[in-house]
Amino acid sequence: MSEPGDADAEVRALIAGHGDFAAGLLSAVGQITGRGGAFIALSNRDMSAADVERAMREQVEAGAVEVIFTDLPAGSCTMAARRLQRERPNMVLVTGTNLATLLDFVFHTDVPAGEAARHAADKGRAALVVTGGSTGGH
Amino acid sequence: MAIELFRIDDRLIHGQVVVGWGQPLDLTFIVLVDDEVASSEWEQELYRMGVPPEMDVHFHTVDEAAEKLNGYQRDERRGALLTGDIETMARLIDLTGAIPRVNLGGIHHRIGRTQRLRYVFLAPDEEQALRSLAARGVDVSAQDVPAARPLALNEVLSGEGNR
Repeated sequence: MSEPGDADAEVRALIAGHGDFAAGLLSAVGQITGRGGAFIALSNRDMSAADVERAMREQVEAGAVEVIFTDLPAGSCTMAARRLQRERPNMVLVTGTNLATLLDFVFHTDVPAGEAARHAADKGRAALVVTGGSTGGH
Repeated sequence: MAIELFRIDDRLIHGQVVVGWGQPLDLTFIVLVDDEVASSEWEQELYRMGVPPEMDVHFHTVDEAAEKLNGYQRDERRGALLTGDIETMARLIDLTGAIPRVNLGGIHHRIGRTQRLRYVFLAPDEEQALRSLAARGVDVSAQDVPAARPLALNEVLSGEGNR
């Protein structure tokens, strides 16, 4: 799932979610920054909750994953991440992830992962903007 | 309104339930029936954090759920009842006899199970349990999300649903 120029990035975080959510975001980060290699992508497609937790645990234990980014608060990836977090209180979970969140995160390699994740989450919230259309009900 | 969805799903509360079914059915409460979760504050907090604040979640053992089911069925709001496995749903049906239909929403791979659908894998004793429910008049079908066509139990067990 790497884009050109991703090879030298150091893995720091896991993106996990429904369908191709993670692979798509990883691809977009790679295309924009060349730093898609900072992430590992995981899909929960057709997996039980136990399968998701097992796959996530393998990725976390295999590398230097300090942060897990997920899509939905109610999603099975978020549930699995919270279970892992119980064993690893220093691990950081960000849910509701969007592209702006990840783009900010990959450029903050000089601060602790938790701090970078919180800063990135603020950026992600701020990136949600609505323009056009009528206001005042529907 | 009462309980609109009786679902067997080993992920219990997750995106398909809260959003996929929750939005179109306008679900405002979930009854999660699981003896283990009902005995763990931590597990309950985990699942509670996954749902929007306007949605209530009630955690019960099978015995508690059997006692309270009538009350939930009289609730003016719409709700869903979830179990993580077939055995739990079958026990609840045994105790209440008041569950008209069961949705197979996610029973995933495990050793000893055979794939019947992309999201339904069944062991022989589980297949027999589902046949028993159907023989008692419970409408058993598989449907992961509302937009999918519901598949009757015969289609699931015959493998027709995979074609």
